[in-house]
Amino acid sequence: MNDLKDMNAFHLDVLREISNIGAGNAATALSTLLQKKVDMKVSRVIPMQFNEITEYVGGAENIVASVFSRIEGDISGNMLFVIGEENAKGLVDNLTGTDGDGQFSDMALSVLQEIGNILAGSYLTALADFTGFELQTSVPSLAVDMAGAMLSFGLMEIGRSGDWAIMIDAEIHTEEESGTDDSAVDKEINKGENMDKGGKGKSGHIFLLPDPESFEKIFIALGVHRYGSN
Amino acid sequence: MAVIKVGIADSNICKAPDSITTLGLGSCVGLTLYDESNKIAGMVHVMLPSSEVARKGDFKKAKFANTGVPELVDMLIKAGANRSRLKAKMAGGAQMFSFEGKMDTLSIGARNVEACKAELMKLRIPLLAEDTGGNYGRTIELFSQTGMLEIRAVSKPVKQI
Repeated sequence: MNDLKDMNAFHLDVLREISNIGAGNAATALSTLLQKKVDMKVSRVIPMQFNEITEYVGGAENIVASVFSRIEGDISGNMLFVIGEENAKGLVDNLTGTDGDGQFSDMALSVLQEIGNILAGSYLTALADFTGFELQTSVPSLAVDMAGAMLSFGLMEIGRSGDWAIMIDAEIHTEEESGTDDSAVDKEINKGENMDKGGKGKSGHIFLLPDPESFEKIFIALGVHRYGSN
Repeated sequence: MAVIKVGIADSNICKAPDSITTLGLGSCVGLTLYDESNKIAGMVHVMLPSSEVARKGDFKKAKFANTGVPELVDMLIKAGANRSRLKAKMAGGAQMFSFEGKMDTLSIGARNVEACKAELMKLRIPLLAEDTGGNYGRTIELFSQTGMLEIRAVSKPVKQI
């Protein structure tokens, strides 16, 4: 596995399973918090060039809320919870029972940060249980800005060793009660193709971007590093 | 008039009347070089300060300040720019996330800015203006007709330097 883009299909499947397990745990935690059903889609694991990643989240200028956590320990990497601007507002309104006026209040920002915190924590707990790794995360940090500006920060470490990243993407979404008009709003405002597909409920993405040397460690921990051939 | 796009860790040049742009700069730096007499402009989207941190021998030169800036100069000269007339402007180098605790990449934006300045100094290219730092993303566009650099950010007025 000299190059990330040459990773074989079996290993990509393993990463997908890790993401499913992590996101499943995260969805459960969010569901408890919101007292609402939270679904997850089967994760996508795609090797991509840096420029493709910004397209993947709806373009470099697409405005999103993002909670960034740095993972350290037996493996290292970055985790980002990314959610479209309108979906983020809807999620905060759901949780606080408020009807937002279209701006992010300090309260809304701290609620979002906490949601990101809970998602990252529960995702990584599942990952640690599954692999036996000791993992710690930094205090998560929130920003609402252009997607490209935030994602490029998450790619920094990977950038040292290549122009490719393995995008491990888990999408989770809350179910919307019938009778609300939020879906129309979502459709109108969120044009990012993958960021807000569907328009029902509030969906967000959990991206795991392991540092390049961490992939081998994951596969060794799971006893699958010799599977397949490159 | 065409608008030339420059991606992450990439560079390109354009001639009047075209303009050249890069979207969503965070901690990355968008550095532009401009030859007013020949109306040729170039832009590089630098991601990291120095190629010394590269883990592999072959890499995109535009990714690092110390290799990307000289490469851009070469590209401009090949396209007919006058080396001694090149003037620089730059934007970006923000810190998008605030972290408690220490982290190597914490001040990466500031380090990118410093590395770009050091490279310009080494190449003896004057830096006319900059819009760097802060904690927000930027989209920039350089107009090769005038050499004006326009900076757009979320919920901030458009800036021209």
